[in-house]
Amino acid sequence: MSNFLKISGLHAKIEADGGDKEILRGVDLEIPAGELHVIMGPNGCGKSTLAYTLAGREDYEVTAGSVSFKGQDLLAMEPDERAAAGVFLAFQSPVELPGVNNANFLRTAVNSVRRARGEAEMDAVQFLKTVRAATKSLSMQDEMLKRNVNVGFSGGEKKRNEVLQMTLLQPSLAILDETDSGLDVDALRIVADGVNKLRAPDFSALVITHHQRLLDYLSPDRIHVMAKGRIIRSGGPELARQIDQDGYATFLADAA
Amino acid sequence: MPAVTETREQIEKLGQSTYRWGFETDIEMDIAPKGLDEDTIRLISARKEEPEWLLEWRLAAFRQWQKMEEPEWAKVAYPKIDYQDLHYYAAPKKKPGPKSLDEVDPELLRTYEKLGIPLHEQAMLAGVEPEEGAEPRLPIAVDAVFDSVSVATTFRKTLQEAGVIFCPISEAVRDYPELVRKYLGSVVPAGDNFFSALNSAVFTDGSFVYVPAGVRCPMELSTYFRINARNTGQFERTLIIVEDRGSVSYLEGCTAPMRDENQLHAAVVELVAMEDASIKYSTVQNWYPGDENGRGGIYNFVTKRGACRGARARISWTQVETGSAVTWKYPSCILQGEGSVGEFYSVAVTNNFQQADTGTKMIHIGRNTRSTIIAKTISAGRSDSTYRGLVRMMPKASGARNFTQCDSLLIGDQCGAHTVPYIENRNMSARIEHEATTSRISEDQMFYCRSRGLSEEDAVGLIVNGFCKDVLKELPMEFAVEAQKLLAISLEGSVG
Ligand SMILES: Nc1ncnc2c1ncn2[C@@H]1O[C@H](COP(=O)(O)OP(=O)(O)O)[C@@H](O)[C@H]1O
Ligand SMILES: [Mg+2]
Repeated sequence: MSNFLKISGLHAKIEADGGDKEILRGVDLEIPAGELHVIMGPNGCGKSTLAYTLAGREDYEVTAGSVSFKGQDLLAMEPDERAAAGVFLAFQSPVELPGVNNANFLRTAVNSVRRARGEAEMDAVQFLKTVRAATKSLSMQDEMLKRNVNVGFSGGEKKRNEVLQMTLLQPSLAILDETDSGLDVDALRIVADGVNKLRAPDFSALVITHHQRLLDYLSPDRIHVMAKGRIIRSGGPELARQIDQDGYATFLADAA
Repeated sequence: MPAVTETREQIEKLGQSTYRWGFETDIEMDIAPKGLDEDTIRLISARKEEPEWLLEWRLAAFRQWQKMEEPEWAKVAYPKIDYQDLHYYAAPKKKPGPKSLDEVDPELLRTYEKLGIPLHEQAMLAGVEPEEGAEPRLPIAVDAVFDSVSVATTFRKTLQEAGVIFCPISEAVRDYPELVRKYLGSVVPAGDNFFSALNSAVFTDGSFVYVPAGVRCPMELSTYFRINARNTGQFERTLIIVEDRGSVSYLEGCTAPMRDENQLHAAVVELVAMEDASIKYSTVQNWYPGDENGRGGIYNFVTKRGACRGARARISWTQVETGSAVTWKYPSCILQGEGSVGEFYSVAVTNNFQQADTGTKMIHIGRNTRSTIIAKTISAGRSDSTYRGLVRMMPKASGARNFTQCDSLLIGDQCGAHTVPYIENRNMSARIEHEATTSRISEDQMFYCRSRGLSEEDAVGLIVNGFCKDVLKELPMEFAVEAQKLLAISLEGSVG
């Protein structure tokens, strides 16, 4: 299935300070089923924007291009439909939901996608079992389930909570937006484990990162370098190691 | 983006058909002619076979009312009510006050079934499985008020064995006249305000509760009010008395059919808690709020007040207000007994053209009295909501404390929320704390939820319930579940 995820000529803009600001300027990217791809690129080049656009955030307006996901027109779908179809975005900055119990949120989310996927909903007992198994594999305290979603979580806890959601929602396309930033080595390994457990012939991942460290655990298939809203270079895992050593400067110079 | 707008429009079109209790029941009624004068009051009193003292009390209230002006200071606007254009008495034609359910008109029972209010004790005992880890639930005894009269009170025998009196107030007038005479109007005097005077003159029914010393009421007590007849005002009167060390939890729910014209509801609730007594009074109010253009709906002008007369008495008001076109309501506590405690937990939701002006009054009279106010206001559509709260520390209220927290959540940008705290401190050692916040449901929160598979409605529901959590947790469990559903329903289609 070469047509798992195909992004063609994607342009997206945002309305900021009264004017339009174009952020994505023709992104072309293909991820075959079963592969793990990486996007690297300097701050502000549009990585998060790409991630948000794939997940369906409304304030990014697509002005040209297309995205097909498992044969469907992804851009025509609502965010919750995309989630049901298997898209998952681990946010660079997870959002706080005051007063919303984490376990209740997770269960509502899991049952929403299960319903949409035509699967049976989980009752409280089943869910508790599933979630306990997941927190354990992520070395998370069960106590985090009782807290409010992301409220008062440390940076690392927030990232782990994202991975917990990913584990429970069983996506077929996981987009991780700098999930490794600010994590210590142990936490990093846990995040990588979370992704590796999902790896399967019908699961793909798009990992946004600045660091080779995470990639050591993930064995990516391809690395893409993004600059100024475009993919300017693609290559094998060695590309990431090169960036780790030399930074982005040479690529940017080449692209200019 | 267009896709979202479209769903929103679809939902908006559904508009107030989301009010699911809008059916009318076809029952033969005994209705007094429209209009209000002394003869109307004599007729009500006669229909209810009341003693002379009560008729005199009503007439005195009526004379006071005639001299009073309708209050205009609340931040609500509505067309003038023509008090001569209302019916003040409407009763299902069968003999009022049936002794058992078998005597109740089956059509009435079906009405309450439609509302999801089980009047059959069997059904109630069967109940629903409590959720994992929940405390075992108390059964609920129900008094159902249909227009002007109480039609059924369940579980009366069990309560009697415990020594608790729970009956329609008209029966209490007959069977326990000395109790009623002693306490009626002792917390809310007839002349307290325009609507309490009107209620005192024409009240038709309501519930009476008496818990003797040392008795913890073995079940939740509940009243359901339903306005059915056209152009009928509903003026019920509730009186709850708990003697030393007694306790009771009382629930009140309300519905009305959908109508074009507005209907008037002006109740009075009086609570009396003696030494170490506790009263928990919970309301889930979803009167018909009017349609999406602001037509119809209930005018809800209610006076609720509790008196903590004994030391360490506790009165707690919890309310979830989602209905009515216009709400004007300030459940209050008079904290007289030393160390007595008043609590007010409120969620008020307004949508479309609804207006709510609600809040509480905490009057600290005794030493070391304490009060807590947690008011959550949610405004959507073009609605307008005001929290108005008074905290008064009297000169003798040494060591008294109040904590007030008012939070507003706005949905969309055409609605309003206002917080108007009045603080009067006449004792240097009393402490008053006030915190207030206003927030909006952010795009970030919505997108985060939706990217996890939640629909727009579920996302709003979750965030709103989170916002109200501190109040909802004060409700008895089954009421809390009901309230959560109500919140979701009343906010349907309001996301913007
Ligand atoms: N909501 C927004 N409002 C204004 N500018 C934005 C917004 N989101 C992103 N941008 C701008 O778009 C550019 C790309 O941002 P982003 O996609 O977050 O980059 P990256 O994730 O690669 O660091 C930046 O210049 C950023 O400031
Ligand atoms: Mg980013």
